[in-house]
Amino acid sequence: MRGAKSAMWVAGAAVVALAATACGSGSDSAGGSNDGIVRAWWGDPQNPLEPANTNEVQGGKVLDMIFMNLKEYDPKTGKANLEAADSITTTDQQNFTIKLKPNLKFSDGTPVTASSFVDAWNYGALVTNKQLNAYFFADIDGYDAVHPAKEGAAPTAKTMSGLKVVDDHTFTVKLTQKFSTWPDRLGYKAFAPLPKSFFTDHAGYLDKPVGDGPYKVVSYSKGTSMKLVPNPYYTGPSKPKNKGVLLKVYTDSNTAYADLQAGNLDVLDDIPAEQLSHAKSDLGGRYLNQPAGIIQTISFPLNQKAWNAPGMDKVRLGLSMAIDRNTITQKIFQSTRTPANDLTSPVLGASGGYSSDIAGDATTFNPAKAKQLIQEGGGIPGGHMTIGYNADSGSHKQWVDAVCNSINNVLGNDKACVGAPTGTFADFRNQITKGQMTQPFRSGWQMDYPLIDDFLTPLYASDGSSNDSHYSNPQFDALIKQANAEPDTAKATTLYQQAEKLLFKDMPVIPLWYQNGEAGWSSRVSNVTENAFSYPVYTDITVNNG
Amino acid sequence: MGRYVIRRLLQMVPVFIGTTFLIFVMVYALGDPVAAMFGDRAPDPATAAQIRHDLYLDHPLPVQYLHYMGQIFTGNFGKAATGQPVTELMGQAFPVTLRLTLVAFAIEAVVGIGLGLLAGLRRGRFADSSVLAFTLLVVAIPTFVTGYLLQYFVGLKWGLANPAVGDGAPLGDLILPGIVLAGVSLAYVARLTRTSVAENSRADYLRTAVAKGLPRRRVVTVHLLRNSLIPVVTFLGTDIGGLMAGAVVTERIFNIHGVGYQLYQGILRQNPPTVVGFVTILVLIFLAANLLVDLLYAVLDPRIRYA
Repeated sequence: MRGAKSAMWVAGAAVVALAATACGSGSDSAGGSNDGIVRAWWGDPQNPLEPANTNEVQGGKVLDMIFMNLKEYDPKTGKANLEAADSITTTDQQNFTIKLKPNLKFSDGTPVTASSFVDAWNYGALVTNKQLNAYFFADIDGYDAVHPAKEGAAPTAKTMSGLKVVDDHTFTVKLTQKFSTWPDRLGYKAFAPLPKSFFTDHAGYLDKPVGDGPYKVVSYSKGTSMKLVPNPYYTGPSKPKNKGVLLKVYTDSNTAYADLQAGNLDVLDDIPAEQLSHAKSDLGGRYLNQPAGIIQTISFPLNQKAWNAPGMDKVRLGLSMAIDRNTITQKIFQSTRTPANDLTSPVLGASGGYSSDIAGDATTFNPAKAKQLIQEGGGIPGGHMTIGYNADSGSHKQWVDAVCNSINNVLGNDKACVGAPTGTFADFRNQITKGQMTQPFRSGWQMDYPLIDDFLTPLYASDGSSNDSHYSNPQFDALIKQANAEPDTAKATTLYQQAEKLLFKDMPVIPLWYQNGEAGWSSRVSNVTENAFSYPVYTDITVNNG
Repeated sequence: MGRYVIRRLLQMVPVFIGTTFLIFVMVYALGDPVAAMFGDRAPDPATAAQIRHDLYLDHPLPVQYLHYMGQIFTGNFGKAATGQPVTELMGQAFPVTLRLTLVAFAIEAVVGIGLGLLAGLRRGRFADSSVLAFTLLVVAIPTFVTGYLLQYFVGLKWGLANPAVGDGAPLGDLILPGIVLAGVSLAYVARLTRTSVAENSRADYLRTAVAKGLPRRRVVTVHLLRNSLIPVVTFLGTDIGGLMAGAVVTERIFNIHGVGYQLYQGILRQNPPTVVGFVTILVLIFLAANLLVDLLYAVLDPRIRYA
């Protein structure tokens, strides 16, 4: 008896001890509550934090906080305003003179000069630096010499001949051709200036990046967290309204969501799909959901004869009209997608080129007309089509199946369309870039900068860098060229829209929906908004009682 | 004994080469890592070629593997997608996972043996049946279910612990994930101990000890438990390796930046150096743990000899 009792004692004591320590850990508060610092969700950036090497959202977020470019995009309207630049002038839309504001400084106290920009851009363009965003500099004269298009070719120069430093605060840019809206691109973070330390101590720089923006990095432990405080040298318009931001990397957004509810996290801009249906009530309305600069489409392989034959444009248009976008976005995406009615994004605003009626009825669900158009055009090639997607990320299977069902219902044939999964995103992209797709496939575009040009030129110009559908229309190319040379922005936008209109006649892609940006926040913070890139506007966030 | 150890160590070489090669091929088969870097955009051929050349991807697979193994033996595990050396990632991840493993191991050993002893001594009675029912339940529920459930109730509803592990993985935060990770093994330990205790409590030496008039406490702890623990210790030994490797799910749920998280990131970003490097170390740990357990047999039970 006594032995059994002692065994129970051991077990009992262990349980009590465990419970006690568990309780103990519960009372620890993660991060002080009165330090005025915003604790925000973060994902581990995929690439080293270099402006010209960051092409995804998580790294982009940080660059947005620590850099001030020549121009910056207004968080509400997406309009490009001068920030680091005092003026950007041109007389011929090809040669630009850029004057910097005086006395700008990096967060390490060194001055921002004309060569901070010129050196940074030359670094980004040089092929041996392997910067993923190098093509952003392709419009600058002399790019071919530093970044030959041919695989394996060595660069013949280290700097672009189109960039010339005039004095400490002035430099000139010569483009390869006329491009009136080019200055508006300069808000993209690939065009950020870099301090001397980037070139002298590169490894040290990557451990603790230095910029000229509203925030300054105080500590960065890779893969875990980054702490930013307001940059004392920053003189721009978006001075932080909080005492700093702590970016915390989470292994899983469900965990982050739990931490948000428990009050250990303040801002979460990646609400997991499972929680969407009840996020609003969980968070007491501290939740936002608005269209972002991302459009999802289905691309047709126009390099395949079957999909490019005469009359197929009618079939492609019919297929677009056979998709019930409203129901799919509501049922499958819980309204975190907004049905598309053009090929840009609402974040551009009407003045920026977004138009809700440019597509005519091409994006309106109309079963009768859709069926008629498909039949007039000769039907789906081979009577059967598939929609390709990658199975490893996102919930592509669900919506592809839904789109196919919608098409099948319209045609009264439940074998007309099925989904065709590919295992990984990399493999999927590989097939697309090699032009091996024989059937329609899913595609998406996240804008680099809020300009209509970015939604059209790279995707549909004959030599566009991401022309996945192999669309080619000389009329379209001519209109884009004309728009690029047009000095008046409003007129240029109209020309871009004329080009976009052609796309609804030729239908190289079916516009599906705009992806929305979401964010939830804790009761500890207020004024959480998102900009056109769906990044939270960290500088505006205020900490209550902070 | 010495020859046995040497033989075992030599046997590890083909196992090591085989596993690393398999993992290498599998990661390679996932697709082109360079295309994935460019996201939805078509890669710029010149830049892609430069990156491929830098990552040694422009060589045939067997050559890549030899190159990689050559680097490993000079202590160079390559670089992760973020440009961090993999050895640096290991330096951060392994201590965290090791801490989690030790917490889980302690819970598993203490609670598992405690419950097993209780059930074994109270054979057929209520305590025994409830331990059996409890362990059955724990084994039957997948780790991610217990993980999310405990996170929701203990972490969110009752606010007893942080739902996610904080920066630097403090020990207090690791207890909840430790319980989840220990769960299944704990059930096995409890059942193993119970059977062993139940069996040994009828053994002759135990009757002798009782007949000698030894106090009950001494009979149970020194005579019964010590002899009953031989199979349990074996299981616990091999389980250390298993716990380290099996922490992938638990680490993800509780935001622990350990080995599992790094492996997951490596697979997601198709970065062969990360995946192969971490798995290689895990394989080594597993092999070492196995050897250690086999040697422990001889220590625990003098009847076992190795030649």
